[in-house]
Amino acid sequence: MSSLETKKSGRKLLLGAYIDFIRIRFLTMLAYRVNYYTGILIYSLNIGVNYFTWKAIYGEGGSAGAALGGFTLTQMTSYLAVSWMARAFYFNNLDREISTDIRDGSIAIQFIRPYNYVMVKMMQGLGEGMFRFMLFMIPGMTIAMLLFPVQLPTDPTAWTGFLVMLFFSFLINTQINVITGLSAFFVENNEGMMRMKRVIVDLFSGLIVPISLFPGWLSSILKLLPFQAITYLPGSVFTGQVKGVGIWNVLGIQIFWFLALLIPMVWLYHAARQRLFVQGG
Amino acid sequence: MTAIQVQDLRKTFKVQKNREGLKGAFADLFKREFQEVTAVKDISFNIPEGEICGYIGENGAGKSTTIKMLTGILVPTSGSLTVGGYVPYLEREKFVRNIGVVFGQRSQLWWDIGVIESFQLLRKVYRVSEQDFKKRLDELVERLELQELLNRPVRKLSLGQRMRCELVAALLHNPSILFLDEPTIGLDIVVKSEIREFLKDMNRQHGTTILLTTHDLQDIEALCSRVIMLDDGRIIYDGGLEDLKQRWGTGREVIFQFGKATKLQQLEHWTEGMPVSWSAENDLGAKVWIPLDLNVSDVLGRVVGQADITDIKIIETNTDDIVRSIYKSGSAEKPDESADGKDEEEVIHV
Repeated sequence: MSSLETKKSGRKLLLGAYIDFIRIRFLTMLAYRVNYYTGILIYSLNIGVNYFTWKAIYGEGGSAGAALGGFTLTQMTSYLAVSWMARAFYFNNLDREISTDIRDGSIAIQFIRPYNYVMVKMMQGLGEGMFRFMLFMIPGMTIAMLLFPVQLPTDPTAWTGFLVMLFFSFLINTQINVITGLSAFFVENNEGMMRMKRVIVDLFSGLIVPISLFPGWLSSILKLLPFQAITYLPGSVFTGQVKGVGIWNVLGIQIFWFLALLIPMVWLYHAARQRLFVQGG
Repeated sequence: MTAIQVQDLRKTFKVQKNREGLKGAFADLFKREFQEVTAVKDISFNIPEGEICGYIGENGAGKSTTIKMLTGILVPTSGSLTVGGYVPYLEREKFVRNIGVVFGQRSQLWWDIGVIESFQLLRKVYRVSEQDFKKRLDELVERLELQELLNRPVRKLSLGQRMRCELVAALLHNPSILFLDEPTIGLDIVVKSEIREFLKDMNRQHGTTILLTTHDLQDIEALCSRVIMLDDGRIIYDGGLEDLKQRWGTGREVIFQFGKATKLQQLEHWTEGMPVSWSAENDLGAKVWIPLDLNVSDVLGRVVGQADITDIKIIETNTDDIVRSIYKSGSAEKPDESADGKDEEEVIHV
């Protein structure tokens, strides 16, 4: 009985430790928050550049309500703003952190602790995400709304749907980051992979151009890949492209990818344990 | 009870071979060549509970690789090992809760947060109850005098302060086995001896088994009853430090300073019939080498009455010399018994 109880309280303590990793990362980020003021500026600039580009593309028809790939100019602007601001939340550097741990050998320290390394990393990513959500995404979105004609959804289901999906965006993007980071176990230098991953995620997730505007063959391929679940699907819910039951469907796609990506991530982690080579003796 | 059991343990790494030149680099793009490097070659040893064992060897001898297998970081290529009743790499998360590890070259504290916050976090990671934690922390903080450091961020600590904090971090969960990988590297003499004292106390009070690697043989002399010496992945010596000294320390050296010029021939004449050998730098100073089975006082007796001596120094072969010569020869076998004293001396003192 008592051993069962100690086991239970032990598990609670470990959970407490995982939550501490979120908290500590949040506080560390807060200590360096000045860095983020420039971040908000850069993201607003990105939105602005994209906004004026799209405005030029829509041309005369823009104000008349013409649609491109199912988006009117107002929807496109909202999509752009919310996609960039969502990126502020789900973006993290876990891939770089993990591969640095591996390459400089500090991964050894991680393996002498009774916790799961990948889990700890994801918690740290979440702490970072929460910081960015509160001190970056919300103020950034407010600024974007003041500068550009962004239309917020009026339907509460769009809001809840979007926020739930935003969390899954974080999970999927983080899984992809962890996988990219762990690849450092297998190749001596995964710098190229990390860069490629970054470009692929930004492009194929629909951050730069919504998926529906890609040529038919490409957009049908992209719909079979996990990247659209990071930006395009939540963005579509936010701008009202996807409504009602449709929200459940796109959420289902995200959940599917979340589960599917667990497989390579866990496999890679275990394979890595077998061939771990700690650098620096 | 045996704390650590190792049987025919082997670790082989596959290392990428980089071919030379532009042509080689181009060839590497398409077909990589790998080279197998065996860092640890079928070693076996047992360490009983409560023992402090020194694990020494040259750089690259395989010490760290062994420690990393024993702590569950690396998976061995072949062989078996049990540490504290667990097979480290199989049940890593359960296993590591019973061990403490300090890597002298890497910090296990979180850089950005205060020391006490790191400890609190480790408390949760290791699932230590609040009461146990408080008791243990108070004890350690008092013993290592960390009171003023607790609220500082780790990045603002000096190396000596940090190393004491690292020890606390490794011991908060009261592990029964402690692994120390070069724990005194880069520390000043005061901190070194503090840490040695602390480790000795730990071992006495809690019966903690300690395995430590080091390049500082004073660590070994101060702490270890037993030494395992590794060379090129193989154990070349396993036994007491005293045994090692006796087997290798083949004699003593006495250095004389004379008030009046004394010729070498004169000295040799006085000790005629003794298996000693003299050497002199000038007429006012000379060295004599005396084998172990001869009493130093006998030799001194013959010289003291006759010469005008201003100073005498007796030098025992120290551990550093012994170990250096073993590293050089790559074997802990005692040099050939039949060789005469003079040759032996050269082997050891060079």
